[in-house]
Amino acid sequence: MVSQTSTGPVPEIALDRVTKRFRNAAVALQDVSLTIARGEFVTLLGPSGCGKSTLLKLVSGLSPISQGNVSINGMTPVIARELISFIFQDATLLPWRTVEQNVGLGLELEHAARQLRKERVDKMLDLVGLSQVARRYPRQLSGGMKMRVSIARALVSRPRILLMDEPFAALDEMTRDRLNEELLRLYSEHKWTVLFVTHSVAEAVFLSSRVVILAPHPGRVAHEIPIDLPWPRTAETRESQAFEEQVTQTSRLLRGVVHA
Amino acid sequence: MKKQGLLLLNSIVVLLCLIGVWQTVVSLNHLPPYILPGPLLVAAALHDRLPSLLSSLLITTEEAAGGLAASIVVGIAIAMLFAQWRWFRQMFFPYTVLLQTVPIVAIAPLIILWIGPGIAAVTAVTFIICLAPIIANTTQGLISVDENLIHLFLMYNASPSQVLFKLRLPNSLPSLFTGIRISAGISVIGAITGELFAGSTSVGVGGLGFTIIYASNQMEIAYLFALVVAATALGFAFFFIVMFLEWLALHNWHESSLPQLSE
Repeated sequence: MVSQTSTGPVPEIALDRVTKRFRNAAVALQDVSLTIARGEFVTLLGPSGCGKSTLLKLVSGLSPISQGNVSINGMTPVIARELISFIFQDATLLPWRTVEQNVGLGLELEHAARQLRKERVDKMLDLVGLSQVARRYPRQLSGGMKMRVSIARALVSRPRILLMDEPFAALDEMTRDRLNEELLRLYSEHKWTVLFVTHSVAEAVFLSSRVVILAPHPGRVAHEIPIDLPWPRTAETRESQAFEEQVTQTSRLLRGVVHA
Repeated sequence: MKKQGLLLLNSIVVLLCLIGVWQTVVSLNHLPPYILPGPLLVAAALHDRLPSLLSSLLITTEEAAGGLAASIVVGIAIAMLFAQWRWFRQMFFPYTVLLQTVPIVAIAPLIILWIGPGIAAVTAVTFIICLAPIIANTTQGLISVDENLIHLFLMYNASPSQVLFKLRLPNSLPSLFTGIRISAGISVIGAITGELFAGSTSVGVGGLGFTIIYASNQMEIAYLFALVVAATALGFAFFFIVMFLEWLALHNWHESSLPQLSE
């Protein structure tokens, strides 16, 4: 069971009136304030151009902030990187490395000892069901398998915070649903703080403890919707009345933002 | 495997047919050997002059391989500098085009004048004409890395040298091999062009280029043909060696390698 934000949450990620302007002066995000507690699963939902992905880049320190402040456990994003794993929209695997070499990349870059690396990589491959394909190259894998490798690579460095930028957008619906369920299973064991970006309302509702809807031009927070579906969530959750209602309500709010 | 064997057999049959046509044309028209020697005469010349032909071939191989190897080492080093510093690339990349446009026939005599005739000068000529394709292709491969992969390395707090050696260099391998393949083909031409000007490396002995001039002056046309055959074979050998190395390096992971072989 994952606890909700009931017991005086410590902010893990705090955005304080964050503004991001691009070099051509276009405003991607304007005065965005958002607090995410330790262990929360927050999903950013919104139409194209609302700055969802940009927000992740700011939190990870990959893109500089124009105004305002982002703090992660009181640290700047760049310093806090060791706590963060970023999962990209496509699997971004190194094609010249086997699955196990890809998963071990982070540990290798940190100069972890070979023995330790092997132990942790093997354990992780086992956990996400990739042991059979450990010696394969990415080109031999399906899209869903590649994404699994990408997730394994992110988890092997034992992050406290996961930033996920539309990780399942390119997959078919069945694969996506299955990976969503697996992600929640791992989440219930590790209790990371997750900031997840998606286009899909159903995915957002299924995964999150809170959905944040962003409005475009300029990107800003429009709604924050707590999702009160019971945990643990499984395939059956999608068939429940409560799930349907949450999806309907969230879709309505999203439509309002798009047509405003 | 069976299919490949059949392909090989086919090309051998085609070659034999061409040689047959050649011999027929020569015989039917009673062409004198100083205009066009038949394949039998060429084969005889090849057989009779084999020791001297082999020593010429060896010299040219050394020069071409030396020039090519040097261009690969220097080319990769320059490309790495280009990839590391954008300002450096913007400043100097245009000048690598000069390497390609400069008429090698015009500067070969100059290089020989500066270095002195011999293997070193010819190797230098080869090096110069092999360099540009290596630099251009390797630079392209080093800088065209998926932005998200760069971001991934940044998230791991990777050092610049880790980004270079674990990301950019492996990423550039396919283009590097494209460059090497181009340069391997022209390295033999470069060496022979150099030899046309460099003359004999020791008394009476020189590479294929030198010997081609000699055979031409002596009107030993059959020998001249044999030399041309040897030069062509050398170019082929270089090409196939590079193809094989490319296959070794890339066949596991890169799209370009597998389909060609499995077809």
